[in-house]
Amino acid sequence: MNGDWPKRLQRWAPYALTPLVVVAALPAIGPGPWLTLTVAGLTMGIMLFMVAAGLTLIFGLMDVLNFAHAAFVAVGAYVAVTILQPLTGWTSEMSLWLNLAALFVALLAAAIASGALGFVFERVIIRQVYGAPLRQILITIGALTVIEQLIIVIWGPQAIPLPRPAMLRGSVFIGSSSIETYRLVALCVGLLVALAMHLFLTRTRLGLVVRAGVEDREMIQALGYHIRRVFIGVFMAGTALAGMGGMMWGQYQAVVSSQIGDSMTILVFIILIIGGLGSVGGCFIGAILVGLTTNYVGFLAPKMALGSNILLMALILMWHPRGLFPIAQHH
Amino acid sequence: MTAAGETLLRVEGVFTNIGRYRILHGVDFAAARGRVTTLLGRNGAGKTTTLRTIMGLWKARLGKIVFDGQSIAALDTPHIARLGIAYVPENMGIFGKLTVRENMLLATERRGFAPALLDRVLESFPALKLKWDSPAGALSGGQKQMLAIARAMIEQRRLLLIDEPTKGLSPAMVDQLVEALLRLKREHTTILLVEQNFRVAEAVADDVAVMDEGRIIHTGTMAALAANHGLQHRLLGLSMADSA
Repeated sequence: MNGDWPKRLQRWAPYALTPLVVVAALPAIGPGPWLTLTVAGLTMGIMLFMVAAGLTLIFGLMDVLNFAHAAFVAVGAYVAVTILQPLTGWTSEMSLWLNLAALFVALLAAAIASGALGFVFERVIIRQVYGAPLRQILITIGALTVIEQLIIVIWGPQAIPLPRPAMLRGSVFIGSSSIETYRLVALCVGLLVALAMHLFLTRTRLGLVVRAGVEDREMIQALGYHIRRVFIGVFMAGTALAGMGGMMWGQYQAVVSSQIGDSMTILVFIILIIGGLGSVGGCFIGAILVGLTTNYVGFLAPKMALGSNILLMALILMWHPRGLFPIAQHH
Repeated sequence: MTAAGETLLRVEGVFTNIGRYRILHGVDFAAARGRVTTLLGRNGAGKTTTLRTIMGLWKARLGKIVFDGQSIAALDTPHIARLGIAYVPENMGIFGKLTVRENMLLATERRGFAPALLDRVLESFPALKLKWDSPAGALSGGQKQMLAIARAMIEQRRLLLIDEPTKGLSPAMVDQLVEALLRLKREHTTILLVEQNFRVAEAVADDVAVMDEGRIIHTGTMAALAANHGLQHRLLGLSMADSA
């Protein structure tokens, strides 16, 4: 018997957590609703991941806590509304390809708008408060309010409908389980984004620099890399992802309001803490876990839905005080 | 200032503060091209601060740091590194979540490894070859130190700043590191070495600068210091020269 199995178990247990939750939910919920809720949970998780991934890298790389991240979610959603209005012909057509093309254009526009705003935001606001966590919290919360108010000035105070494209409104049935088509599409889009991010981080030199910078910012500079320049790129990418997440979330809810990002903020911070600050892999697993827990508990005990995530976070922190996949920090 | 040879690095009257505390009080010394210079001194003498100040990780309040005729005191760390100065910190600066290969790759100036340089490194540290695709965080303390030095060797550097490479290592591991440092010395690599282990310093260094309370209190050749027990005792105290 290999003597180091407890260590191995400890190392692999965080990976087993999500499958365990999925399997444990099956007898409690029953097979029909279980499949529906599992797909819903995965979809919600992947959209939360899109928003949270950028935030965890922004924090990991430069210790910047950006509470205005929710604003970029809202900007992405509103830009999608604006882009999709003239594309009604594409979205109302019963053509999957035209529908997907409209979705792609809206996603691209949301990413570009939020990323560009992120660039300005980093230059004008974040740059002034590096290394000052209290000022970061105050200034980013203030910026969140300002951007949300600007959204109201531009798009009005009323929530705006963001209908799903015609072919993505129905459901598909697998046995007795009904699965919304949009959720499947959103899941595929989210997985593609996660895969692209994984490939960037693991297969490119810049991705390598980002991963190393999250671990030890000082050493990566001593190796000749300008971490601030890398950070601007990561900040833009993070805000662009938030914009894409906002667009997907807005269409998921079929309505967009200036507070759309705020509703995700608590869940996003829970995900960051569960996954381990700075860890993209941890963020992915944390997001899926939160998405699944919200849906399962929402079905079994609706009043406990949000509380269940806080309880989940507390339990995980008791088990792994720095989150499931902590990144060593030597800042 | 140097015992022999052309000066590659000159530190002149450098004062460095950390927060409200002044750590360096006018440090003056030089490192000659192609030679190994060691900084000796008791804990808290300012050796690590000196290396970090040269590397730009802490900024000199006053004074000059001149590398190969260029003033570098005002440059940022990445710029200093790009001049060909490699830094091996006391904590080794290993990226534990990355593999050994990825750690090494980060120190290269191009997309891949130069085969001759990679062969040289793996010849010096064969254990790294066996752990090539393992996470660096899983290496032993000695292997991490090997990786830290290997990373500095993977390109032709003009100056290596190495901070206490033998700290906490087993005697066998120390021997291996000394051998690697001697190899670098034979290749005429300029090294500024901070070392607490007098025997290691004696085996490797050509020149020595002794620090105390943020100042240089002695410069000369290592051979002269090693031969003069009275001077060792006066500069370093018994605890250092007689240990190890």
